[in-house]
Amino acid sequence: DDKLLTEPLRHPDFFNVKELFTLKDLFDARVHLGHKKGCRHRFMEPYIFGCRLDQDIIDLDQTMQHLQLALNFTAHVAYRGGIILFVSRKRQFCHLVESTARACGEYAHTRYWQGGLLTNAHIQFGPGVRLPDLLIFLSTLNNVFEPHVAIRDAAKMNIPTIGVVDTNCNPCLISYPIPGNDDSPAAVELYCKLFRMTIIRAKDKRRHSEAVEELR
Amino acid sequence: AVGRVLRLCRRWGAGPRAQTLRLICTTTAVHRKNAGASGPEKYTEAFIKKQIEEFNLGKRHLANMMGEDPETFTQEDIDRAIAYLFPSGLFDEQARPMMKHPNEVFPEQRKIQWGEDGRPFHFLFYTGKQSYYSLMHETYEKWLNVQKHQDQLIAQDLPVQKEKRNLAGSRWLTKIELEEILLEKVSDDDYSRFIKLLQKLVALPCADIEDKYIQKFSREVPVQLQKVVIEPLQYDERGVAFSTGEGKRKTARATAVVYDNGTGKITVNGIDILHYFPVLQDREQLLFPFQFLGRIGKHDTVCTVSGGGRSAQAGAIRLATAKALRSFVTEKEVEFMRQAGLLTVDPRVKERKKPGQEGPRRKFTWKKR
Repeated sequence: DDKLLTEPLRHPDFFNVKELFTLKDLFDARVHLGHKKGCRHRFMEPYIFGCRLDQDIIDLDQTMQHLQLALNFTAHVAYRGGIILFVSRKRQFCHLVESTARACGEYAHTRYWQGGLLTNAHIQFGPGVRLPDLLIFLSTLNNVFEPHVAIRDAAKMNIPTIGVVDTNCNPCLISYPIPGNDDSPAAVELYCKLFRMTIIRAKDKRRHSEAVEELR
Repeated sequence: AVGRVLRLCRRWGAGPRAQTLRLICTTTAVHRKNAGASGPEKYTEAFIKKQIEEFNLGKRHLANMMGEDPETFTQEDIDRAIAYLFPSGLFDEQARPMMKHPNEVFPEQRKIQWGEDGRPFHFLFYTGKQSYYSLMHETYEKWLNVQKHQDQLIAQDLPVQKEKRNLAGSRWLTKIELEEILLEKVSDDDYSRFIKLLQKLVALPCADIEDKYIQKFSREVPVQLQKVVIEPLQYDERGVAFSTGEGKRKTARATAVVYDNGTGKITVNGIDILHYFPVLQDREQLLFPFQFLGRIGKHDTVCTVSGGGRSAQAGAIRLATAKALRSFVTEKEVEFMRQAGLLTVDPRVKERKKPGQEGPRRKFTWKKR
């Protein structure tokens, strides 16, 4: 059992997430398109490649690195049987995110966030509830273009977060930010597909390893 | 907290009053956590299973005690047996001893929603309102299905059907019915949002595909129109046409049988009206329907009346005779009778006395001092 858990940590890319996407896939899904110059957040400037006709373009090389780190982390969390919560407050993609979560066997929250969900969980849900081990934000802003409350709450509860940060978002409290577009349907579908594939892959690998251990 | 308060006092008293320590008492009630706000206790699956086993065993024991067959011992038998073995004079039904199936005693929503490893069963558990949001998710999925189907039809250039569904006889679920289905509290906003989504789904032309799903949330409204049926004339052994009517006024209830080819005789409880109603006003009330229709000497009436006082009985018989006369008369005359107020039940009853007043309206005498 100990060997099952320590073996994946020895390799930098145990689950081979690099092969799931290429730079061309990101470009075709319009991940590099940011908001206009006026909406730019100060902390997003390192991730921006340039500005064309007032529209910010996100540096896809950096996005590739960040995305790979994030997918690797999700795979490890899913391998260890952690609870993953998909969060997004975009009405357009609410159904898509919930279906993705259901397909992976993980959880989703794309509705109004009640104040004490993470910080007051034992009173809201009952004693003995298990909190999520990872939060994935498909969009870090809520409907009034302010940072989602869950980012701050997860930081308070020591829960690691992965978030797709657009040029108007604040990447500060997110453990694994992924600079990229969060408004185009193509981009969000790509992210959902990638997360779904990594989680399913990690879970299959875990079942496979457990079966191999049992046979011994 | 008491220690903190003592220290503060010592710090403040820097002058000649430094020696005195003022003790401010604080009770532990201030620091006791509100146990009620921690939410209801959750029950595990294993606990509920054990309760069901114990209940079944107890049911068999009870049947043996009462000398009945354990196999055919129903819930009503259990209730009767418990009421017999543990008689209770308590007024509140819910305070009396009861033995019910654990599924009724332990409400469903209080069962623990996660497995042994801590992973919740439902994928929307962390939203807080899992049943409601999963319902919204499902309904939205149906809406997307219908849209896709519509797009396919348009792509194939097929006509899109638009049947007028009869929405007049149906209504949507009420908020309370929805709460019962979801086993969760639903706020007014959430309920209205769900109904709007359903209406959006129904408004699509190809919504017939999801008809079965929509019917789960609509209920029939019973047709409230009830045309008053005027009974036809009946004939007794002598061949005389007669008709019956019922009437009431205050606490009096009356039935009247009006015979044709009569002499205008009226009998009440076997007594002639001249003896039963000495007062002229009551007899006038009885004769009013006949006078209105101009049929004074043409009908015989036999009535029975009970309850109420003198006027109330007269009014009740009047209504009963008017109702009976409907069968002898044309529809136009029935309408005239209705407009004259002969066919309407008088709704006036004695008003109750209110506390702080001497009667229904009379207040106590106001004294200046």
